Amino acid sequence: METTNDLRVMTENKMHIEHPALSLRNLSVAYTKDKPAVKGVTADIKRHSITAIMGPSGCGKSTLLRAINRMHDLYPEIVMQGEIRLNGEDVFNMSTTTLRRKIGMVFQRPNPFPTMSVYANVLAGYQLNGFSLKRSEKDEIVEKSLMDVGLFDEVRDSLNKKGTFLSGGQQQRLCVARALALKPEVILADEPTSALDPLSTARIEDLFTELKKNYTIVLVTHNMAQAARISDNAMFMYLGELVEYDRTKTMFTNPKDPRTEGYLTGKFG
Amino acid sequence: MNLMKSDNRNTPDRSSWRDKKNKLFLGLVVTLSIVTVLPIFLILWKLVKEGISQINLDFFIKVAPDPLEAMTAVNNGEIIPGGIANGITGSLLMVLIASLIAIPVSILAGIFLYEHPNGWYARLIRNLTDILQGVPSIVLGLIAYIWIVISITKGFSGLAGSVALAIMMLPIVIRSTEETMKMIPVTLKEAAAALGVPYWRIILKVMIPTGFSGLMTGILLSISRILGETAPLMLTALGSTMINLNIYKPTSAVPLLIWEFYNNPNMVRLVWSSSLFLMGVVLVLNILAKRINSRFGNNQ
Amino acid sequence: MIRSREIFTSDKIAKVILKSASFLVLLLAAGIIFSLLKGSIPAFREFGIFRFIFSSEWNPTEGKEVYGAFPFIFGTVVTSLLALIICFPLSFATSLFISEYFKKTKIAGILSTLVDLLAGIPSIVYGLWGFYTLRPLIVDLGLSEQGYGIFTSSLILAIMIIPYATSLSNEIISMVPNELKEAGYSLGATRLEVIFNVILPVSRSGLVAGYILALGRALGETMAVTMLIGNANLIPKGIFSPGNTMASVIANQFGEADGLKLSALIAIGLLLFVVTAIVNAAGKWIVRRYA
Repeated sequence: METTNDLRVMTENKMHIEHPALSLRNLSVAYTKDKPAVKGVTADIKRHSITAIMGPSGCGKSTLLRAINRMHDLYPEIVMQGEIRLNGEDVFNMSTTTLRRKIGMVFQRPNPFPTMSVYANVLAGYQLNGFSLKRSEKDEIVEKSLMDVGLFDEVRDSLNKKGTFLSGGQQQRLCVARALALKPEVILADEPTSALDPLSTARIEDLFTELKKNYTIVLVTHNMAQAARISDNAMFMYLGELVEYDRTKTMFTNPKDPRTEGYLTGKFG
Repeated sequence: MNLMKSDNRNTPDRSSWRDKKNKLFLGLVVTLSIVTVLPIFLILWKLVKEGISQINLDFFIKVAPDPLEAMTAVNNGEIIPGGIANGITGSLLMVLIASLIAIPVSILAGIFLYEHPNGWYARLIRNLTDILQGVPSIVLGLIAYIWIVISITKGFSGLAGSVALAIMMLPIVIRSTEETMKMIPVTLKEAAAALGVPYWRIILKVMIPTGFSGLMTGILLSISRILGETAPLMLTALGSTMINLNIYKPTSAVPLLIWEFYNNPNMVRLVWSSSLFLMGVVLVLNILAKRINSRFGNNQ
Repeated sequence: MIRSREIFTSDKIAKVILKSASFLVLLLAAGIIFSLLKGSIPAFREFGIFRFIFSSEWNPTEGKEVYGAFPFIFGTVVTSLLALIICFPLSFATSLFISEYFKKTKIAGILSTLVDLLAGIPSIVYGLWGFYTLRPLIVDLGLSEQGYGIFTSSLILAIMIIPYATSLSNEIISMVPNELKEAGYSLGATRLEVIFNVILPVSRSGLVAGYILALGRALGETMAVTMLIGNANLIPKGIFSPGNTMASVIANQFGEADGLKLSALIAIGLLLFVVTAIVNAAGKWIVRRYA
């Protein structure tokens, strides 16, 4: 595995991380030619930890997240520049399908496939990709994934019901299970609790804290308290720039940039 | 400005005249609305009254009678023997072929338009689809005559009729596919993409199944539109006195039979039963389409 | 360096397939125009485009063949416009009923379903009903001897295009913001005054577009008109006289047509295509621009 960061100038907002799971170099994303939504972000992301991306609406945090699994490729008008490496491997040299199977994603609103049962939703990554599994393998994956998200006991008797019949919080955990089923290395979560009630939110947060033992989690949130509660490292983005990147504790107690401080103390955002 | 003035001079008798006008207009609106839907009841009543006596088993399994048989029956005051089996099979055959031609292409083109909301090419295709939808069916009959009857089947044929009907279906299904796809939350597509699913599998396994009922509604409505089409078939399928399943030969259809019965004084009574049948099928298709569509709406 | 997205080959194939399907629409439209043009050439060459459009002579006798489309163009325009005039009060009242007076009530839902049903009735069934019910009525009223003619056709056309005019009007009228209407009522206006001073000005262009699209429908209707217009290849003398439209003359004369006559009918088809395309494009343009 090659090291990717030694030749580059260390900026003050870049933490030094050994063997990062992900490393972003000078990453820019533009929806229209002259209006970049993400401007030259450089950062390494620590393996088996939760990294939060914070910032006011429109700061480019979701755009940055969606660059990592190349979601932007779905929209031909979006232009990406720079470099992203997953375990040292350039993601732009991988096929999107391979890449996305290694990087799971959880969305703002729970989005189970409405035509599929709970069971089929967990296996969606296999079924939609056309991988055939033996019945026993299927059962095992479904059980393990649902166990991991703490949903198995709740839905044990309704595995054949449509996923859309579950409550919002259950649906979101089902979506996490769907991502886990493919055994990814990284999980990208785009404000996963913004559509959920406080109780369901707490369950998802506990779940992420549990999952970070085995997965690298990148979490976009506009909820500062959430970032403080569960993240290890935190990025603060403003107007498309990565303003500050540090240990969460350090950033919340001792922000270096006045903009970060302004945001954290509620002056804007 | 009118409003302000009248408000300022709120004298009692002026106010009551305004009130009266207001009520009169409501009365006018209600009356005209009733007049608007009156023809439906009159038409349905006429079809049932004149057509029901001819509807029996034979009507569905026998081919149209020859004029002599019909004349004898009419003279003896009996019901006309025979039925419209040649028309029913012909209609089914041509609708089937038209669907096979039009549906796959339309769904793909509709998905293309959904994927490209902007851009000059997509806009051009969208405008052309609108123009195609407005082309009078008789003109499509001329086109199918030129393309198929003259060049391919060298004579009137069911295939030519099917092609004319297929061109009619195409824009309806394209636009309804695009509208259906737009109603599917984009996050569903993204969820599949995030699982590393290739694009063509997302279309086949996520988009089409999720929008299935919406697609079905469009298809059923387009079929109910073409089932009653007569003019383009007069120029292409022509008609046939026998049940004919060879698409290279002239073929009958229910609306074509209605036209023939209408033109033959002895068979006029069959006109009503055939129209009643056609109307019934079209109605059922419409209701089915609405049902499926409202279920789709609730799903989202 | 812009990061190129190598697109996976299967994705590429899928995109090519989708694009080809859309390209077929382009080919189809181009093919229709091409074939109509090509088929019209003999007639246009024989009579000249201008003379073909403005001549009123229609004589299929061999050796003396002359074809002019003017009576049919005239018949089409007159029947369609008359239909629009008859249709307007009916469909406008229905739209007000459904989208204003009884908005969102059950009765409005029923009325709206019934109006949709009008669109589902096949043209030939309208023709039959017109022939057996409307035509005798016209005769009984002493309006014309046979009951055939421009007026009878327009009457049936008016009923046929009501759903097309109504559906867009409904959409437009129900989109008028409540705040605007409430502003009117708060000034003491009656419902009628709100309709004419608030709703109409706001939704005018949308309503116009709806009627233009309905006109587009009327122009191309074939069967019902063919059964009721009387099929006379001359300029009608009055609204109760028989005539012919572009669509009905094609339906009527096609059976015995070949050579120059066929070309003349195809040329009429081309004209009909052009006219309806322009009318529809105008309607859609207004919808997109103003509504």
